[in-house]
Amino acid sequence: MAPSYTHNFNHAGFKGKVEIPTGLFINNEWSTSKDSNAKTIDVVNPSTGESITAIPEGLPADVEVAIDAAHKAFNTTWGTNCPGFERGKYLIKIAELMERDLDILASIEALDNGKTYAVAKSFDVTESAAVFRYYGGWADKIHGKVIEQSAQKLAYTRHEPVGVCGQIIPWNFPLYMFSWKIAPALATGCCVVIKPSELTPLTALYMTKLFKEAGVPAGVVNVIVGYGPTVGNALATNPRVDKVAFTGSTPVGRKVMEAASKSNLKKVTLELGGKGANIIFDDADLNEAVKYAAQGIFFNHGQTCCAGSRLFVQRGIYDKFAEKFAHVAAQIKVGDPFDANTYQGPQVSQTQYDRIMNYVECGKQEGAKVLTGGNRHGKQGYFIEPTVFGDVTNNMKIVREEIFGPVIVMSAFDTEDEVIASANDTNYGLASGIFTSDLSRAHRVASHLKAGTVWVNCYNELHPQIPFGGFKESGIGRELGEYALENYMEVKAVQINLGKKCAIPVDL
Amino acid sequence: MSTHAELQVPSLGKVTVPVGIFINNEWSPSSFKETFATINPATGEKQLDFAHGSAADVDRAVKAARKAFKTTWGNNIAATERAAALNKLADLMERDSDKLAALESINSGKGVRIARDADVADSVACLRYYAGLADKFFGQTIPHFGKEKFVYTLHQPIGVCGQIIPWNYPLLMWAWKVAPALAAGCCVVMKPSELTPLTALVLCDLAKEAGIPAGVINTVPGLGATTGDAISRHMDIDKVAFTGSVVTGRRISIAAAESNLKKVTLELGGKSPMLVFDSADVEEAAAWTAMGIWFNSGQDCCASSRVYVQEGIYDKFLAALKKKAETVAIGQPHDEATSFGPLISAGQRDKVLGYIETGKKEGARVVTGGQKWPKSGGGFWIEPTILADTTLDMKVVQEEIFGPVIVAAKFKTEEEALELANTTSYGLAAAVFTNDARQATRITAALDAGTVWQNQYALLHAGVPFGGFKQSGIGRELGTYGLEAYTQVKAVHQNLTQTVEWPI
Repeated sequence: MAPSYTHNFNHAGFKGKVEIPTGLFINNEWSTSKDSNAKTIDVVNPSTGESITAIPEGLPADVEVAIDAAHKAFNTTWGTNCPGFERGKYLIKIAELMERDLDILASIEALDNGKTYAVAKSFDVTESAAVFRYYGGWADKIHGKVIEQSAQKLAYTRHEPVGVCGQIIPWNFPLYMFSWKIAPALATGCCVVIKPSELTPLTALYMTKLFKEAGVPAGVVNVIVGYGPTVGNALATNPRVDKVAFTGSTPVGRKVMEAASKSNLKKVTLELGGKGANIIFDDADLNEAVKYAAQGIFFNHGQTCCAGSRLFVQRGIYDKFAEKFAHVAAQIKVGDPFDANTYQGPQVSQTQYDRIMNYVECGKQEGAKVLTGGNRHGKQGYFIEPTVFGDVTNNMKIVREEIFGPVIVMSAFDTEDEVIASANDTNYGLASGIFTSDLSRAHRVASHLKAGTVWVNCYNELHPQIPFGGFKESGIGRELGEYALENYMEVKAVQINLGKKCAIPVDL
Repeated sequence: MSTHAELQVPSLGKVTVPVGIFINNEWSPSSFKETFATINPATGEKQLDFAHGSAADVDRAVKAARKAFKTTWGNNIAATERAAALNKLADLMERDSDKLAALESINSGKGVRIARDADVADSVACLRYYAGLADKFFGQTIPHFGKEKFVYTLHQPIGVCGQIIPWNYPLLMWAWKVAPALAAGCCVVMKPSELTPLTALVLCDLAKEAGIPAGVINTVPGLGATTGDAISRHMDIDKVAFTGSVVTGRRISIAAAESNLKKVTLELGGKSPMLVFDSADVEEAAAWTAMGIWFNSGQDCCASSRVYVQEGIYDKFLAALKKKAETVAIGQPHDEATSFGPLISAGQRDKVLGYIETGKKEGARVVTGGQKWPKSGGGFWIEPTILADTTLDMKVVQEEIFGPVIVAAKFKTEEEALELANTTSYGLAAAVFTNDARQATRITAALDAGTVWQNQYALLHAGVPFGGFKQSGIGRELGTYGLEAYTQVKAVHQNLTQTVEWPI
């Protein structure tokens, strides 16, 4: 009897019982761990701090079995054994099933992660389905090149699937990150063993039902919930895993890369942290800039690697901006994710809550000025008030380190060169924003910012078609767009001799 | 006249089908009130009367297409929305697969099983391919200008496209035209062949059901000289795409040039050669050759209508090919066993018979076939035919017959084989049969053809480009290349710091 959890949803957006298989999903079957030492993992509702359910823990022994299954599928039913357009059809089917179960998936995500149901529905689930659709369209269009054709030689490249990929994803956009990893991997013909975050496993587990319903062959997708040091480490170190993809914090990303290097030098792609610089010039549309600056940090409760968490406002408009911004921040409605009026739900866990509040304290002690917020919201769950710090300097901890919460630091600047230098004065390089009505300045500043994404007069815009990833310590490689396919491909050059004789000086 | 009529179809019974003009998601009769009739190729009997679209009807269609292009299609909606509509249409075609296959079969003479498993299935695959490509056709950013300027290209939809398709693959040719055009953001005015307009019209209702906005797909049935010419000459059609004969293609090209120099792409005829070398597996080569010339009763622009066999295996090959001809599944279109049906019309049948007579007079040897199928009744069957010992100067070798007639000859050397293969004004497809990999690669490089098959024939796929060298056409369909026909490149120069000195 495969373990499962049934939740009875009863909110304005969706009423009904939803069954979520909670076992380890290996070879299209759900089970508990092979390892008798395995315990259960408590899945907590961040709005209340209470347990939702306990699910079976996966351990390295289970990862071995999953890797077996993935290799078998890669050599028989998937990889180059399954033509691109067939793989594409599966991906489109998955997207259609997600669209069918939109309300269910959004409800589960809101319950498990704490993001609002409204955003889970309009953004997380909708965009995740769009990502599957997008890569469904790529699957039969993964072209190599014909590079040389002459009487002497025909040279061409094949873009072949890497093989079995380990994927480790975070808790801030559980389903969305799941789609970013799985869709391009499957499109290229890879098979995966994916570890969802132990904090937010429920939508990934529900997806296993949809994979089975779509008819995806056994072993192509394997889902194991477990901890980083056990399951995550097993994936990063296993010599039969050809490639590992990780999204999460920079310190853990470092560990993954070390483990990959020490074992079989498996290919590594990383999407790590950020400390996004959002730059507001004095010719910006002020009200739009204020709104985007707020969205840039408070979207997803600040739990976004690309959050615009450092605000640089040109001195001429600083005071006016600060006043409007504090006013807007104070309007952000914090509360129950299932309340249609809520914008900001709880942080994902006690640990995250403590970390963020620690930074807030630190900021106060370092002399930054609290313009608004800075306290817990309510008495139950992990809610934090939207918090704005002013008068910060580049050396403060709250300016240098990623807080990953609804906390933004704001400072004034005078010149373009000065703000570019400040914006780039960080080990991170994930995303940034520029607000200006001067077209030349927009292009010029965009060309100087060391960030993988530059948003001009907008923020937090993500689309399946547009690549995303980090400069510097924010990551290696790009996800989304055509670029993501490269993460899951090996290029093989084939050179066919048509008429050349070997020139070695010997007699025969 | 009414815009709909009833048709008795084996396996479906009585079906109501559209026979009018489809503009702005609505049916109407021809402004002339004129009609033309189709004939059932299996019986020779009249089938249906269809509206004969006038120049005024074409003009109305163009206006509807232009309006949609400016408001509800083109870049007014996201590429992903266009993709979703194409996928939805593909879903509906799959849902109605049996019906579409039966209608295609009764109108065109194809075996119903082939219509279902090949024509409908491949059409669906084509739509899905282009749905997946719609949001992936990138321009370039061209970063050579430093601080001075920002330069990039946009791939924009061309606009309103006229599309004129033939009768040999009515449904599939519709998909090859509509899918890339819509994926790119264009709106179309389609003229199906006057011999086979039925499935194109039925698809209009499915397009509407799929949520494709009014004016995006408009269908005006009619004759080439009237309706087709009106499309080729229309001053507000930005591009015309045609599949059919070289003669008509030339006319369309001239009309396009004389009117508004609209863009033109053409998929025309072929006289595609097979080269079979000594090292080839004779049985395998004969099987693929049979497929290549007798699929669709030889009514295929890329049919393998010439075969050149190295002299050592010439007789053995002809014997093997003759066996294939004698075991062809010739029969009635509605019979599930049939894969070789009648030719489309009496005119085509007589034309093919004429070529066979000419061939005989010119000295070719009839190895098999060469006549009407004895069980034709009122229908237009011709038996699979092999004319052997042909020479390059014969009419049957130079001209496209477009029927189940293959001409054969032997050769000694590779050079001779290439000379024979390439001495033609056509260049659509070709094939080489050999077990020598270097020879295959060498020959492939030397053949003047847009598609070269090695050790196979006839298999086409939505993701692989198709089109002609020389007089077989201009442009490519299918694959990512197929999208180029429906986009135009706009280069954008955004000045950042450049100034102009005056006087220069």
